[in-house]
Amino acid sequence: MIAKLLYSGLVAATLLAAPALAGEPRGTNDMGIVVERAIGKVLVVETTNRTVLGEVEGLGDLSHAAAVFSRDGRYAYVFGRDGGLSKVDILTSTLVKRVMQAGNSIGGSISQDGKFIAVQNYEPGGVKIFDAVTLDQLADIPATYGEGGARSKVVGLADAPGKRFVWTLYEAGEIWVADLADPKNPQVRKFKNVGRQPYDGLITPDGRWYIAGLFGEDGLALLDMWNLDKGVQRILDGYGKGDPALPVFKMPHLRGWGFADGKMFLPAIGRHEVLVVDAKTWKEVGRVPVKGQPVFVMPRPDGRQVWVNFALPDNGFMQVIDVASLSVQKTLEPGPGVLHFEFTPRGETVWVSVRDKDTVKIYDTGTLDEVSQFKADKPSGILFTARANKIGL
Amino acid sequence: MRSVLLLALALAVTAAAPAWAGDPIPSPARQSELDYILRQDCGSCHGMTFKGGLGSPLLPEHLEGKAGDALADVVLDGIPGTPMPPWRSLLTQPEALWMIERLRRGLDQ
Repeated sequence: MIAKLLYSGLVAATLLAAPALAGEPRGTNDMGIVVERAIGKVLVVETTNRTVLGEVEGLGDLSHAAAVFSRDGRYAYVFGRDGGLSKVDILTSTLVKRVMQAGNSIGGSISQDGKFIAVQNYEPGGVKIFDAVTLDQLADIPATYGEGGARSKVVGLADAPGKRFVWTLYEAGEIWVADLADPKNPQVRKFKNVGRQPYDGLITPDGRWYIAGLFGEDGLALLDMWNLDKGVQRILDGYGKGDPALPVFKMPHLRGWGFADGKMFLPAIGRHEVLVVDAKTWKEVGRVPVKGQPVFVMPRPDGRQVWVNFALPDNGFMQVIDVASLSVQKTLEPGPGVLHFEFTPRGETVWVSVRDKDTVKIYDTGTLDEVSQFKADKPSGILFTARANKIGL
Repeated sequence: MRSVLLLALALAVTAAAPAWAGDPIPSPARQSELDYILRQDCGSCHGMTFKGGLGSPLLPEHLEGKAGDALADVVLDGIPGTPMPPWRSLLTQPEALWMIERLRRGLDQ
């Protein structure tokens, strides 16, 4: 009840704030969205005064919502689980356009030049390419594999330099690279037998290395985007050997995988550990014991800290790893259901979604104290416009 | 042939019934927790509307004809070789059965 009251208070405040939005020009570089996963809505937020500026409804099933931003930082493209692709104007808090492009979708990317949106679909499995302005479909690339023409779910879609997109086929165990020089006629190069059950992928912030995580094997698949002819290499083979793995109640996410201090930090599947890997040799150089099974392992933008959240039953906690000493600096307890977090562009604060408290909490990353919070209905993804300027986001 | 199958199905369901009937039904407070786990945590992979995701769809039509006990085993023991984890450390068998019945009715009912 109190939550409801607070929430309607927020809505009222939002309505009051709206006229100011219409009148005063403003930049968007301190703005972003918070996904309210259960009710198909996003909140439009700004990080300077830490307020909610508006809200946009009618975005469908956002149970696994992802978004990317236009290069001018004005539009958020929100990918819904139900196959909906929505273009949201965050300056006016309005839904510009929405198309239903598949039955079951998981995320998307924007091209290097900002002209195309690629969406990765589970059902029907494949990738579709859309015009970023009109959302008109330009190309459809079904993820067919094998002899029988079966279609695979697509995971780990990322944009790569040179008008390219790269993604992974879950059932097929393949990585595909598409060149969109001619967007209506994408040239696709396929890499087969990369490993069993690749469940997600990421591209390094410099756009050079594409890495797919393998659920069915101990190891990762690595592709050098500078030299595709080398093919897919295996790295970290057998990294999970030893103790039997614990049940994995939530799949780790790779997009936030962190690079800091020349090292890559990644979640160990089924283990209470963050793996530390040398980003030149791709050899393990350490493990940091943590409170639970990591889901997101993300560095503060300056790389001095790495923040971690966890799967059930430890999803009420977060831990901060000190990168210099590779040890846990502090354990925080934002509350049950910490689903996601996002740093402000220069990293002085981090915004944390606490789903089961219907709250977004904001922490000072220097003092590690909570400095603010606001209500949001079952918040999941928090995404700031600074992503518009980053390869692979 | 079809009626034979249906009969077998009916028998299977009947056979499963005593186990269900004999087990304690989760308390109302626990039921609302289980409901929440279903939507939020099972929904992470199976979709919050259970249309499927990385995990299979769990709509009533997909569960039709599958015995409760067998489905509860899947929930409690997981499916080795796939991302479906064993939930035994977090759920009891009566709780798993209750969740399956909940899914059979359709979660919006």
